[in-house]
Amino acid sequence: MDLIASLALGFDTAITPINLFYCFGGVLLGTLIGVLPGLGPTATIAMLLPATFALPPISALIMLAGIYYGAQYGGSTTAILINLPGESASVVTALDGYQMARQGRAGAALATAALGSFFAGTVATFLLAMFAPPLAEVALKFGPAEYFSLMVVGLVASVVLAHGSLLKAIGMIVLGLLLGLVGADVETGRHRFTLGFPELAEGISFVIVAMGMFGLGEIIRNLEDEHERAVLVRKVTGLLPTMEDFKRMLAPILRGTILGSALGILPGGGAMLSSFASYSMEKKVSRTPERFGKGAIEGVAGPESANNAGAQTSFIPMLTLGIPSNPVMALMIGAMIIQGIKPGPSVITEQPALFWGVIVSMWIGNFFLVVLNLPLIGMWVRLLTLPYHLLFPIILVFSAIGVFSVNNSGFDVYLIAIFGVLGYLLSKLECEPAPLMLGFILGPMMEENLRRALVLARGDFTVFVTRPISAAMLVIAVIALVLVLSPSVRKTREAAFQEES
Amino acid sequence: MITPREPGRLVTISRQGESMPAIIRNPKDFWTGIAFIGFGLAFFLFAQDYPMGSARRMGPAYFPTILSCVLMLIGLAAAIRSFFGHGSRLSGFALKPMALVFLAAVLFGLLIRDVGMVGSIILLVMISSYASVHFAWRRAALLAVAMAVFCVAVFVYGLGLPIPVIGPILGG
Repeated sequence: MDLIASLALGFDTAITPINLFYCFGGVLLGTLIGVLPGLGPTATIAMLLPATFALPPISALIMLAGIYYGAQYGGSTTAILINLPGESASVVTALDGYQMARQGRAGAALATAALGSFFAGTVATFLLAMFAPPLAEVALKFGPAEYFSLMVVGLVASVVLAHGSLLKAIGMIVLGLLLGLVGADVETGRHRFTLGFPELAEGISFVIVAMGMFGLGEIIRNLEDEHERAVLVRKVTGLLPTMEDFKRMLAPILRGTILGSALGILPGGGAMLSSFASYSMEKKVSRTPERFGKGAIEGVAGPESANNAGAQTSFIPMLTLGIPSNPVMALMIGAMIIQGIKPGPSVITEQPALFWGVIVSMWIGNFFLVVLNLPLIGMWVRLLTLPYHLLFPIILVFSAIGVFSVNNSGFDVYLIAIFGVLGYLLSKLECEPAPLMLGFILGPMMEENLRRALVLARGDFTVFVTRPISAAMLVIAVIALVLVLSPSVRKTREAAFQEES
Repeated sequence: MITPREPGRLVTISRQGESMPAIIRNPKDFWTGIAFIGFGLAFFLFAQDYPMGSARRMGPAYFPTILSCVLMLIGLAAAIRSFFGHGSRLSGFALKPMALVFLAAVLFGLLIRDVGMVGSIILLVMISSYASVHFAWRRAALLAVAMAVFCVAVFVYGLGLPIPVIGPILGG
């Protein structure tokens, strides 16, 4: 099937009224919740996931994708207007975006973010459509040994490209892998690590882990230091950027799109790394770097385009290989499994309507984002004024009802309480929940592939290094680890994330 | 809070008042190490109850045993690392919010079937609101009632979730 025919199939699927409705609903809900201070995309998606379980698979995924970029855009709005980035990808947006808002140019900053995101989203969607099928074809030839090694590379790369302590991130991955194994063993049916609770026989739901660690854990962290941020702009005017602004933002948007698309494919917080890298790049190529941090429109245009492009292209490894590159993609994979779809390269051939429908809906969703956000800015601003001491009990209520409704189980609500406290305590130790989430989703898959690979190889562990593709991937993993531990690379890696402080 | 930062002091006293020998230069690394070793050990011990199998036909214990050993090693490395280098101290735990959010969620799970949606939402909102420094009785009560009404309308009547509005204990 060639690209045109595939995209036509995608349009047929995505443009049905019901799917358009869910795409629109996803973008709207995602922005609505994402704009609330202190709620990042992962928490937003975790909170809204139970609502999608009853939908048909295609509509559910379309809606989830919509929620994702809606939440991300909402996060940028929060960053610009109150200097409170909901998640790491919009940290750099806050640097210049907030300064622009202080100078009375909030409207221009928001419009720049929307237009940059739309352009980047369009380009990245086409890249996804072009590169996903050939990649999936290669991956279809993978055996269990290749798959196991691929997951190792994915996990290693995700720590290498993330910030913070390497050792702690790897530890969190392993802990995640172990938690993923809780429940009945697939092959023998033996209950593992259930501590005698029959409720754990099916394993811990990924919704619980995500909602607990990213939702409740974050709430406790926010309550630690509770000071309300003043909303600077009660009324946003002058949405249209000036001609001068357009001239300034054009090149950064293009550069951000390219950079973001490339980095998004790599595992490990695609959107975040992209926005950081784009910001440093714009500062470097600028003839007036001293304007950065004081309201330079390039500092909004570049990172915003980059993080949207990165968010979009991070779907490539998720849809073609079934490997999550960030916690959001891990949630997507979990949602697919709940819907009865086995994530991996066969999705394209077995469910072409789903695959192409989701891709086309991304472009439509990005369009909705622009149409929706520019006129609704006034409403988002009002939401921003909602104080946190009213907001967090509301989040708790929705999380508790959501997680209870999945299995009608009070036990699941106890579990989010436990994971909330665990997430908070680990974050106090500077152990981030993101790698744990990736490990958690990959745990059962890794075990299954390890087992199958060794059954085929008659228990010979060298199979991972004698099969060329598998060996190549393990070599990449080792090189990545060695590189990141070398002093000079270590310094650059730290420098790349320095804008944060 | 005492912050003895001058060299030569043997102990530093953290906010909780516990004393920590100065040889642990990075308490966050140290406790991370302890946590990883603890989790690793727990998984390791539980895994020993299950059949190990062989590399050729792995039992349920095989992969978890490998992973838990790796986790303990990482924990050990982090703990050893904490004796070198520097790190900020571990302090400022939000104990009250942590306890209240935990309690509120657990009570919700415990009560939702028997007390019903209205009662458990009101409890959840009241208890969790108390975790905020901006807590005010009247405002929290208003929010609780509003949330209860909203959720009953949306989740029970709108989406048809099988959750009792007023639970059997309250005669519903």
